[in-house]
Amino acid sequence: MAAMRCVSRLLTRRTINTISTRGYADEMSFTFAAGNQVFYDSQSVRQVDVPSFSGSFGILPKHVPTLAVLKPGVVTVFENDGAVKKIFVSSGTVTINEDSSVQVLAEEAAAVENLDASAAREVLSKAQSELASASTDQARAEATIAVEVGEALVKAVE
Amino acid sequence: MLGRFGSLVPVVAQNVQIQQQQRGMATLKSISIRLKSVKNIQKITQSMKMVSAAKYSRAERELKQARPIGSGASQFYEKAEIAAPAELPAKLLIAITSDRGLCGAVHTSVARLIRNELNNDQQNLKVVCVGDKSRMILQRLYGKSIIMACNEIGRLPPTFNDASRLADAILKSEYDFGSGEIVYNRFKSVVSYSTSTLPVFSLAAVKTAAKLPVYDSLDDEVIQSYLEFSLASLLFYAMKEGACSEQSSRMTAMDNASKNAGEMIDKLTLTFNRTRQAVITRELIEIISGASAL
Repeated sequence: MAAMRCVSRLLTRRTINTISTRGYADEMSFTFAAGNQVFYDSQSVRQVDVPSFSGSFGILPKHVPTLAVLKPGVVTVFENDGAVKKIFVSSGTVTINEDSSVQVLAEEAAAVENLDASAAREVLSKAQSELASASTDQARAEATIAVEVGEALVKAVE
Repeated sequence: MLGRFGSLVPVVAQNVQIQQQQRGMATLKSISIRLKSVKNIQKITQSMKMVSAAKYSRAERELKQARPIGSGASQFYEKAEIAAPAELPAKLLIAITSDRGLCGAVHTSVARLIRNELNNDQQNLKVVCVGDKSRMILQRLYGKSIIMACNEIGRLPPTFNDASRLADAILKSEYDFGSGEIVYNRFKSVVSYSTSTLPVFSLAAVKTAAKLPVYDSLDDEVIQSYLEFSLASLLFYAMKEGACSEQSSRMTAMDNASKNAGEMIDKLTLTFNRTRQAVITRELIEIISGASAL
């Protein structure tokens, strides 16, 4: 009887193992590169949340292939060991390909913990004053983008 | 015309005579002048090598950071299997070079690749020259194909800002291209680089791609801004690769130049010493034979 129980325990453990390996097989190869720094290079992660102009969304392995344009905001990466990393991006693109490879390319990016709250507020106020003093359409558009980035920066720091 | 030649010839002949008359002393002097100038050249090439070695190590470090951007940006084109549209044969070539020379064949090999393409089909090709060198090589024969040239590249390491400004200028140039290629030097190691191309596509090309329906929830605006950003990132990557190969190539070129100057210095010192010894011996003979004749 005891032997039987032992065998059955072994069996259940085996099934758990197969499930976990199958879960592992559905991994994505995640690349996160910015002009100033590379955060991930074809690494496997559990989930990525990105802010895009068509709305923020989370990416899990086997996400449907799509393209998106990043909005200023915070990209959240859930690593396989459970660690959560928050990275601020100013702009960029997200590509999700058929083979579960995900590329996040940003113009500039920095880890949220490295951001300085007072400097962020300064950026925002400077951008707002630029917007107020902008004369041409192009300058106004540029200042609007700067304000957007500034607002997102301040929000990310808080 | 003829008269002028006539008057020149005697002058030249006279010069030769004067040189032959005072050969011993004059060559000693002229050899030492040449020796000095070659030594100065060697100093210059050596310090240029040092400078480019420092710049190269920085460029290589930065290139490592930029490589995932380049591969990431080009992966969509590969995986979506985008091809140049048949109804829009207009093509754009972007030559990534710099303003500075003395770096081996990095600029000429980029220009040569473009020249070959232009020789095949000059109708549908337009060129954007990044850096003065490619413009200088191409403008004489293919000046009409150049739609834009930018300079002040290569003094400082390229930044993403430079790349996005360039991408902006290309998109605003109103040249309606279906597909394009970025021609650049891909850095392999300190001694080798290969001239390669990166594909870029326009919205029209992407829309006709066979695999595009696989991608979810796309509209033209998203694709357009996606393409604009990926053009900037590809340019950024290509500029980094180009800068790194240029510095490494300049390093080897300057190293070779210093070595050659060293060889020349050795040879010149040898002849200088020989000539000096010959002059001394001749003077001694003159003195001794003069004394014995008395």
